[in-house]
Amino acid sequence: MNIDIQAEAITPRRQTFSHVARRFGVDKPASRYEEATYDIQPMVNFHYRPTWEPERELYDARRTRIVMADWYVFRDPRQFYYATYNISRSAMQQSFDDAANFVEKRELVGSVGAEWRDKVAAYLIPLRHLEWAANMHCQLIADWGFGTQITSAAAFCGTDRLGLAQVISRIGLVLGDGADEKLVAGKKLWMEAPEWQPLRRLAEDLLVVRDWFEVYAAQLVVLDGLVYPLVCDAFDKAGAAHNGAPISMMTGFLSDWFADNSRWTDAVMKAAAAESEENRATLNHWLDIWGVRAVEALTPLAASVLGDLGPAAIADARTQLSARLDRLGLTFAKELAA
Amino acid sequence: MSRPVSITLQNSQDGIAIADAIMADNPEAERKSFPAMTKIDCPGRLVIRGESVSELLGREWDPQEIHMSVISLSGTVDEDDGSFTLFWR
Repeated sequence: MNIDIQAEAITPRRQTFSHVARRFGVDKPASRYEEATYDIQPMVNFHYRPTWEPERELYDARRTRIVMADWYVFRDPRQFYYATYNISRSAMQQSFDDAANFVEKRELVGSVGAEWRDKVAAYLIPLRHLEWAANMHCQLIADWGFGTQITSAAAFCGTDRLGLAQVISRIGLVLGDGADEKLVAGKKLWMEAPEWQPLRRLAEDLLVVRDWFEVYAAQLVVLDGLVYPLVCDAFDKAGAAHNGAPISMMTGFLSDWFADNSRWTDAVMKAAAAESEENRATLNHWLDIWGVRAVEALTPLAASVLGDLGPAAIADARTQLSARLDRLGLTFAKELAA
Repeated sequence: MSRPVSITLQNSQDGIAIADAIMADNPEAERKSFPAMTKIDCPGRLVIRGESVSELLGREWDPQEIHMSVISLSGTVDEDDGSFTLFWR
């Protein structure tokens, strides 16, 4: 059967907003993502300079050492704007809730070796606080960054981090049979346990870094790029010997999120590095200093979870991150290579 | 054998991405825009590749999702995991 549809064509007068049409052509309908991100950043008529930084304009591209001719080359491969972001994250939340409910309803946590349960509580729950720091870092990028494309994606990423902290809290409640004792104990570890202090110092030092792109590289590329593989791969695998599967069911979500977020961070780093040799050198310098510090900070943590196998797990995570950055035309922590 | 196959898609986010993917993957395809819909004709054979649409949408797109964007089509349908093909036997 062949139905041929006839319609009276009324040509719309314009396909999209003028600022989007100037980029992509007047006869092309733009996607929602394009309309929501391109050329939204205010550029002129700021009137007053901020009292807290009188040498800069209110919105100023010079708040980072990274220099771009066009700040709209940081296209998010996931094309997140409000609707797509929420649809995606609502599905993620649902899949985590399903897993957590399944584990809780069947009381599966009870079948995990008691020692391993305590170990998971000790390495996973303090990460709530690291996620909170990551949220602060993302919000700083959203605040001081330049170009809606990167700032809006950073704001979404910040919201992700609060969500991740909540996911970890929920796992903590499951581990504590609904009581908050594990969460309280986790905070105490974060504040006092010697193996956590280098990482806490790193997170806190990063809170006062003013160059927002440096914060981006340090938190979203270096720290996430080491912490997630370590926690989701190495630590998780170590649980297999202790019947850790119910825990893995709940934490599996974390590696899904990390894979999703890495698509965005890879695109951003690749675009910034490709812009100029100066940018590449600046990024490599940041990857160097924060890479060295992150590896140092994570070493005692890996040792406390894996014992003698800690160094190998750290080396694995480093290799993964190096390979990732190589593909983007960047180098991870040359200093460590020696 | 080049009787034209055709597909008519809604002008939704997904529909536009599918149309863009068709145009990129089928050099002979011809696109006509109408209010709220896009009709694409192509002599003989038209392939919609899941990978191309995923790339444009920025998410995993399953060729089965095409049914949510299609208004009408003409041709014999051949579907598999990665693509949706129209042709005339």
